[in-house]
Amino acid sequence: MIDQVITLSLLVFLTITAITLVRTEGLLTMVMVFAVYSFLMATLFVVMDAPDVAFTEAAVGSGISTVLMLVTLSLTKTRYEKPVRKLQWRALVMVTAMGCAILYGISDIAAPGDGNAPVNVHVADHYIAHGQNETGVPNLVTAVLASYRGFDTLGETVVIFTAGIGVMLLLGRRRRPVTAEESA
Amino acid sequence: MKDNLILRILAKLLVPLIILFAFYVQFHGDYSPGGGFQAGVIFSAGFILYALVFGLDTAEAIIPFKLLRWIASLGVLLYAGTGVAGLLLGGNFLNYSVLANTPLSGQHVGIILVEFGVGMTVAAVMLLIFYTFASRARESA
Repeated sequence: MIDQVITLSLLVFLTITAITLVRTEGLLTMVMVFAVYSFLMATLFVVMDAPDVAFTEAAVGSGISTVLMLVTLSLTKTRYEKPVRKLQWRALVMVTAMGCAILYGISDIAAPGDGNAPVNVHVADHYIAHGQNETGVPNLVTAVLASYRGFDTLGETVVIFTAGIGVMLLLGRRRRPVTAEESA
Repeated sequence: MKDNLILRILAKLLVPLIILFAFYVQFHGDYSPGGGFQAGVIFSAGFILYALVFGLDTAEAIIPFKLLRWIASLGVLLYAGTGVAGLLLGGNFLNYSVLANTPLSGQHVGIILVEFGVGMTVAAVMLLIFYTFASRARESA
């Protein structure tokens, strides 16, 4: 009962944040509202008993990406999004179609904790039954991520590494000319 | 922001706690929520807070850009190296059971090593990206 009340109020807040996000024109405000949105999502993950995901969402979504967007904003001169006053028919059709597709897709998502859902009957049973005996790690999420699915996590690490290389190659670190005060 | 006393004092209080928490998440990830990825991001968030308040030059004096490139690469190397070590000891790639005397302790060693590799790479890459962006901002200022 209390779970449902918390979830419902968080979802209401999420909707309000999303609408605010669409209606604001100041880019700085937008970044901040994005951070709020992420933080609400993280709270929602905690309510859904997924603290590992909540950790990541809070740290990456509302922490790092907010800072990166702020730094990017300080690099650009644009501060406001140009408001669109005219009704854009093509955009409206596109958004409606996407919305319908997502609503249709929702009906196929397994209910939380449903043991008979297709995603939960393949290897999940083995992890839950033997995970602790085979890896000795009480946190099953860590056991699956680091041991059973070690190859995937290696790929994930390499992806992050590649992202870093990409940013360094694109934005580069041009050597700063030594100013008069520094050489003095 | 360098002259804001309240921010400086608060950052001085918070940054050590955030970094300590990052290490807790890193090394206690086997028992409680968290792991290398989360720890790396929390560590870099704490250090970015430091860099935002005390300036990029102070931050770079503590962790230089070049060191970050080394840490990022070493993290991936540590992860893949743990896999290759399993291969050399007669198991499959990334099979940790052969790393120690018993399969269980082998798994434990392997998981700690790869999580540490993930943490190193994630923390270093996040800081690298921040440094790269922030130094552009400094140049254009």
